[in-house]
Amino acid sequence: MALPPLDSPQWQNSLCAFAWGMSSVASTVLTLVLFATYLGIGALAHDTHFSLGWVLASTLLVWAGPAQIILISTLGSGATVVQAAVAVTVSAVRLFPMVVSVLPMLRTSQTKRRHLVFATHFIAVTLWVECYRLLPQVPRGRRIAFVHGLGCGLLTVCLSATALGYGLAANLPQLFAAAILLLTPLAFLLSTARNCRQISDILALVLGLALYPLAATLHTGVDILISGISAGTIAYGVHWWRERA
Amino acid sequence: MSGFVGDWHALLILVLAGFIPNEAWRLAGLWLGGGVDEGSELLVWVRAVATAILAGVIAQILLQPPGALASVPDWLRYGAVAAGFCVFVATRRSIFSGVVCGEIVLLAGKGWLG
Repeated sequence: MALPPLDSPQWQNSLCAFAWGMSSVASTVLTLVLFATYLGIGALAHDTHFSLGWVLASTLLVWAGPAQIILISTLGSGATVVQAAVAVTVSAVRLFPMVVSVLPMLRTSQTKRRHLVFATHFIAVTLWVECYRLLPQVPRGRRIAFVHGLGCGLLTVCLSATALGYGLAANLPQLFAAAILLLTPLAFLLSTARNCRQISDILALVLGLALYPLAATLHTGVDILISGISAGTIAYGVHWWRERA
Repeated sequence: MSGFVGDWHALLILVLAGFIPNEAWRLAGLWLGGGVDEGSELLVWVRAVATAILAGVIAQILLQPPGALASVPDWLRYGAVAAGFCVFVATRRSIFSGVVCGEIVLLAGKGWLG
């Protein structure tokens, strides 16, 4: 499915842009990955004795797969709320640079910060990746409405998958559960790799993968932060050096 | 826990340990990112850090796998992801082919191990 050209009358109002955003959910394989991941999250919540309403609320409010898996599995294993909060906070750091890099694509000169609050909540890996792919095909003035549509569409898919996974949990074999859990790293790796535009992105990905096992030996609790900031900064340094040369 | 949502205590835990830790980072990004220029060098660095942190999350799941994934031997987890990546590259960056291949390797490997 292709989006209409930038000057098409179909972009004339926000509602149409919202609808195009929502239907773009069908244009990406990442929707399938999210669906399966949230099946897994629903099943995990069921097995850890959380209620259906609770896990649906977590999909709605948290809106980040790895954070939900960490939250449910740490709480389920008897960790304290503080331990769970720390683990989730560290994994959520990635959202900060993602938001910082997506928002400038949505803004126009008239945009106020409050117009971006709703779109900001939707930003997670999938939306981050899809914004880079889709937003150049959307007129700047309609991008916020488009992202609202895309976000609502993905959220609907994930809420359905959460409920379905919760209901199916008792019938899911362990092999299936393992396959679903592998989806997150696999899809994250490939979608990030597809997203690489500059040498700095490729280096950041490779160095980030390579430095984490080293940082993990420090057992600081913020290992991901240490490896991420150092790998990202080295990658940026190489980019800066090449631009200058 | 009873009812659809369960008790309020559980919901409070969700807000404290799930919602706030994620939303705080997003809002911090909104506060900073609301003012950054699209073509700025700062964004190149920020994107590199976002990519590297995400790479860290990927590596963490593979090294310290959660739940049922821990029942898969190390070499099979790494092998499945490596196979998925090779197919992704060979198919001119098709995420779908890469994901399917990685999953097939995992399922076949696990089936073969019994």
